[in-house]
Amino acid sequence: MASEKEVKLLDFWVSPFGVRTRIALEEKEVEYEYKEEKNLNLGEKSELLLKSNPVHKKIPVLIHHDKPICESLIIVQYIDEVFPSKTPILPSDPYARALARFWADFVDKKISQYALRVWKLKKGEELEETKKELVENLRTLEAELGEKKYFGGEDFGLVDIAFVPFTSWFYSFQAFDLLSVEDEFPKLAAWGKRCIERKSVAKSLSEPKKLYEFLSARRKVLGVE
Amino acid sequence: MKAVKQKPSSVSPMEKENSSSSSLKLFGSWASSYTHRIQLALKLKNLTFDYIEEDLSHKSPALLLHNPIYQKVPVLVADGRPIPESLLILHFLDEYFPHNPRQLLPKSPHDRAAARFWAHFTDDRLGPAVAAVFASSGDAQVAAVDRFRSELRLVEAELTDGVFAGSRFFSGDQIGFLDIVLGCGSYWLAVFEEVAEVKLVDAVEFPRFHAWLRDFEEQDEVKAIIPSFNELLGYARGLRKILLGGGGGEADNDGGAVAGVEAGDMGNLQK
Repeated sequence: MASEKEVKLLDFWVSPFGVRTRIALEEKEVEYEYKEEKNLNLGEKSELLLKSNPVHKKIPVLIHHDKPICESLIIVQYIDEVFPSKTPILPSDPYARALARFWADFVDKKISQYALRVWKLKKGEELEETKKELVENLRTLEAELGEKKYFGGEDFGLVDIAFVPFTSWFYSFQAFDLLSVEDEFPKLAAWGKRCIERKSVAKSLSEPKKLYEFLSARRKVLGVE
Repeated sequence: MKAVKQKPSSVSPMEKENSSSSSLKLFGSWASSYTHRIQLALKLKNLTFDYIEEDLSHKSPALLLHNPIYQKVPVLVADGRPIPESLLILHFLDEYFPHNPRQLLPKSPHDRAAARFWAHFTDDRLGPAVAAVFASSGDAQVAAVDRFRSELRLVEAELTDGVFAGSRFFSGDQIGFLDIVLGCGSYWLAVFEEVAEVKLVDAVEFPRFHAWLRDFEEQDEVKAIIPSFNELLGYARGLRKILLGGGGGEADNDGGAVAGVEAGDMGNLQK
């Protein structure tokens, strides 16, 4: 347990990157103080956030012993290194670790930017191209999952943590008529359901319907609907 | 990258220190600073390897097999298993050869996180900012130079009173992970200054970065790896012609000076 350590997380409930860090902290059973950047969607950032992440001014930021750590996958690896436990996030074999980092990075490079963009685009060429990229890359990711229980095999790990927050967005993708993950990517859908059986995931995921309401409201403001 | 199913190696991790029992193959490109990162790391670790020079305009079937998703260099193949992406390869080398005296990443988790953060910054913000300067001219270039300078100011601030303040290199007295990542690429700055006729690194505005880069470039291992200024200059001149309205990024078989760089992909110039 890490109750004697001072751990704070600066976050915003919508952020899939924040969810990653929450899952990692839960996996390691670390007690931490959660600080919501309440008006992040209105462009307001707290003093603490600006001081802790002057370079990107983004959440999530983990503050441990008053020192900030930024970028979700960096934070997750830090948590794995500082709080070792019987549930390692990265495997011990060097090649397996490289594979895990590769696919976690793939989620960042090839999926998150499209997933986080597709819902805010009006009908047209840009929407079609974004959808196309997202679908192609999800296909690649699903092929990598294959018949495995988790991306790392039998063990829940870095790649699962990297991608599972986006499962909260599947409901919205379907509701906005963009993509049905259940229909097009049944393996990913099944994997998502397996992940949510883990306490750390169930506790940390953004609630899909709440997210849908948030995104719907944003779409109206942006004139998408 | 595909998980190639292989029998587990019968060589124990301890024995891998003698790299003759580990086979290392590096696919790279002579002008690629991402490739140089790995060549430098291998040199620092005193590891032998086979090198395969790739013609980026005509990528080999082997490269495409080993890196089907990004189809880029560098790729390290270690005992038959491929690892693409330079930052991943650097991590892998530390972990695959854990008893090698030259460990590149810092020891403490906090310092490791900081090194990784700035490595990402280099690739995601600083690199593209330099590329934008190089790919533009006139007013657009002026704006690009401003943006580059503001990014470099963040690095300078970090060197001045951040996590790495007070040491000669990011890794202390010897070069390590972040020096390799930032250093292999920074030598392009002087080249671009000449070709694009701009001032990028003013020693007065960026004293610590300037000193760090000079010290980095003076390391024997670095001198052995980085191509000569003139070779880089030739490459850059050819590339700038293309970017400013020559061809559409077609390979120009001009003695290999321009190696099929995708003009729209300047941020990955060397990949």
